[in-house]
Amino acid sequence: MIPHDETMILETPFHSRCLAACEINLWEDWKGYRSAAAYTSVEQEYFAVRSNTGVFDISPMIKYRFTGPDAGAYLNRLVTRDISKLAIDRVAYTVWCDDNGQVMDDGTIFRLGENDYRLCAYARCLDWLMWSAEGFDVAIVDETAEVAALAVQGPTSCAVFKDMGFTGIENLKPFGMTKYPFQGSEVMISRTGFTGDLGYEIWIEPALAEAFWDAMFEAGKLRGIRAIGSAALDMLRTETGFLQAGVDFVPAEEAIRTGRSRSPFELGLGWLVSFDKPVFNGRKALLKEKEEGSRYAFVYLDVEGNKPAEHAFIYAGNKEVGTVTSAAWCPTAKSNFAFAQVDTKYGKVGQKLVAEIYYERELKWTRVMAECTVIEGAVFNPPRKRQTPAADF
Amino acid sequence: MINSDKNYDAIVVGGGHNGLVCASYLAKSGKSVLVVEANDSLGGASSTREFFHQFSVSACAQWLFQLNPQVASDLNLYGNGLELAVRDLDTIALAEDGNHLTISGNTLSGVGVSDKDQQAFVAFNKQMLKFCKLLAGAFNRRAPKVVESNLTDRLTLAKLGLGMKLLGKTDMSDLMRLALINIYDVMEENFDNELLKGAISLDSLLGSHMGPRSPNTVYGYLYRRMGDVYGFNGPSVVKGGMGTVGKAMGNAAKAVGVDIETGIKVGKINVDVDRATGVTLSDGRVINADIVVSNADPKSTFNTLVGLANIETGVARRVKTMRMKGDAAKLHLALDSLPLFTGLSDAQLGQRLVIAPTMNYVESAFNACKYGEYSQAPAMDISLATVHDASLAPAGKHVMSVIVQYAPYELDGGWTDEHKENFKQLVIDRLSDFAPDLKQKILHSELLTPVDLEEQFHIHGGHWHHGEISLDQILMMRPFPGGSQYGTSVDGLYLCSAGNHPGGGVMGLAGHNAAKEIIKRGKSA
Repeated sequence: MIPHDETMILETPFHSRCLAACEINLWEDWKGYRSAAAYTSVEQEYFAVRSNTGVFDISPMIKYRFTGPDAGAYLNRLVTRDISKLAIDRVAYTVWCDDNGQVMDDGTIFRLGENDYRLCAYARCLDWLMWSAEGFDVAIVDETAEVAALAVQGPTSCAVFKDMGFTGIENLKPFGMTKYPFQGSEVMISRTGFTGDLGYEIWIEPALAEAFWDAMFEAGKLRGIRAIGSAALDMLRTETGFLQAGVDFVPAEEAIRTGRSRSPFELGLGWLVSFDKPVFNGRKALLKEKEEGSRYAFVYLDVEGNKPAEHAFIYAGNKEVGTVTSAAWCPTAKSNFAFAQVDTKYGKVGQKLVAEIYYERELKWTRVMAECTVIEGAVFNPPRKRQTPAADF
Repeated sequence: MINSDKNYDAIVVGGGHNGLVCASYLAKSGKSVLVVEANDSLGGASSTREFFHQFSVSACAQWLFQLNPQVASDLNLYGNGLELAVRDLDTIALAEDGNHLTISGNTLSGVGVSDKDQQAFVAFNKQMLKFCKLLAGAFNRRAPKVVESNLTDRLTLAKLGLGMKLLGKTDMSDLMRLALINIYDVMEENFDNELLKGAISLDSLLGSHMGPRSPNTVYGYLYRRMGDVYGFNGPSVVKGGMGTVGKAMGNAAKAVGVDIETGIKVGKINVDVDRATGVTLSDGRVINADIVVSNADPKSTFNTLVGLANIETGVARRVKTMRMKGDAAKLHLALDSLPLFTGLSDAQLGQRLVIAPTMNYVESAFNACKYGEYSQAPAMDISLATVHDASLAPAGKHVMSVIVQYAPYELDGGWTDEHKENFKQLVIDRLSDFAPDLKQKILHSELLTPVDLEEQFHIHGGHWHHGEISLDQILMMRPFPGGSQYGTSVDGLYLCSAGNHPGGGVMGLAGHNAAKEIIKRGKSA
């Protein structure tokens, strides 16, 4: 039992280090864990990732472990992507849907062994996972608290790891993972992340979390390593076009009002749907949608001006055709970028639309009708993200 | 027999009565149909079995009282061998002291039956019949969907709604009120006679996991009384036992060209991603067809035949949460001669006898079951079919068949031989309280627990309705919400068992409705 004078909010295995780094004490609740929104200033943290290395504590991310002879088949039925060919030590991004083909969540699947997988998710969904296990020989464990994890992102991240003695880390391909010994145990490093940059995520037992943090910050001292919070991460992920569950879509199980959830096609994630595999959740509905057409199109917008089109209505002529879900002025790409969901017929690349943006300066609200163009992809997509061996910055 | 030269349009998994009804209608519409039945005889839970040398008994269902007349006539069942040894029997509610109550249609007779109860009973029956007639309008067609309803569905709903309005103000508000309460309260409102209340309450819950105070029992009672709309005025005894219904349906099916293979189990319903392609028999033979109709209960269909891994989670979850755990056991006795029941003449022994002396007796019997125990004083529904049909036993000998309520499917410690024997003796002891010389007449006895019923009739949970008959599992919620009017999430796979609308009992409408739906959807299904 938790005594009445103690907080019920959980602390991550890195908490002591986060606490020390968090100069402005700007905390928020991430799935029950105390998590920093910012440590110093959002801009500084943003640029740490784009120019040096930023470290984001992702320990609160929901992590499930799947073992047993049917683990692979189970996951292949759960998610829309065909992961039957996912090799050991590889990672795949995917979404999973309910029977209506509506996205419940997105996340990554790590294949740790022959019959051993980890799923990282935005939302807790153990009930759904357990329901889905009927008929499969699979064991499912919520290991969120058993695995400490950090996102280590930015051009110098590879060099930091090399300096830590993780020889050959530069050869790790995107969506690959590998293990290195660390203080008598081991650390798992995957070349994955949520910033669209060269970067890694590390997975380690909680007991070694602080030691790893210390060793890494020591090694990265001269490479501008810095802890970053969720506000900077939001700018980073927006700039590189990554969707945020709960922001860019409402997880189907959390949506209360009918019609508020979205299908993978409506989120621009049709490439994650494979109809060439055995039955999977949402297959029938998605097949129907593919034949009959979607309600919405997900678009990237290049917005004129420098005012972020946050929560803007989108017009085609005088007709309101959609809304913006994420928007940011992107410092590196030097672009005013937004994600929007619009009526399907306005979703083609090159389509000209108008964003109705409201902004406030010293109590004065101003409305701008900013022209925007549907563009092909995200505005930040540097070669160093994919380059293998990773470049030494 | 399977004709290997034929390309079957449809394969019906299970030659239970609904499967045979469905197959017959499909064949009549011009489809070539194969029925595969695991047991050697047809009819499913409508079965006759020799349980002792030369003694046969209706092994699961023991009365015929709900058979839909349209189905009977379309399939010419009476021309195909179905014969009633006797119909419209009375129900005699037994009292330990011999002062029994006889319920004969609208008439009550027995010691201490008050005029007030008699009048109330007539009024009660009248009202129940009105409600049943209303339900009948929704029983012989597919249940409407609530969402995405099309014109047919809207008409069914409108008909139900209009029917309710036409009941008149009093009856309509009564229906809406009664449907949601329980039979105990309804009985208390209407009658004083304990035996009457006990007997009616037993009728409201036979086969289910409910006591008189459980919600849904009023619907259970109405469901049972549907027979009154279908021309029955009490239970009938089928000549040759209930297996004759299966035989007659088998004959009817063969007469319209259905091929029937018995004694072989369907091991698997074959599915290609999300379309049924046929079945694999337990001996490995594969038979292909565009349409597979499962007369197995919904749980067995998806758990075992299709495999939960081959359907989407949402459906798997609904299959899992469907309630279908049977509480009814069957006792079969081979008797040297007719036993003597205190206060009953030999002629009366041929009526339907029930042991449910008070509603509290039944409720107490249910209490044990809630906690995984069998009733120490169970309620019973007794049939001595040989009084009307000598063919079931050697000359002068008799068989007694008893539905025993309650024996939980999941008994604490499981149905070991010891538990079974103890329970059997307990039931026989209890019967002997009413028929003191019973034990001396027993040549052989057999108890079938819900686990045995599951095994012998391939019914998950041993629940003879293939799923609890309760408001959350009827109409568009049967077998489960999102169930698609006999269709399933697997294209070409249909369900036709009692687990579907309108439900169980030897009625034949689930099979009838399923066939109509399959025919309507045509090849596109």
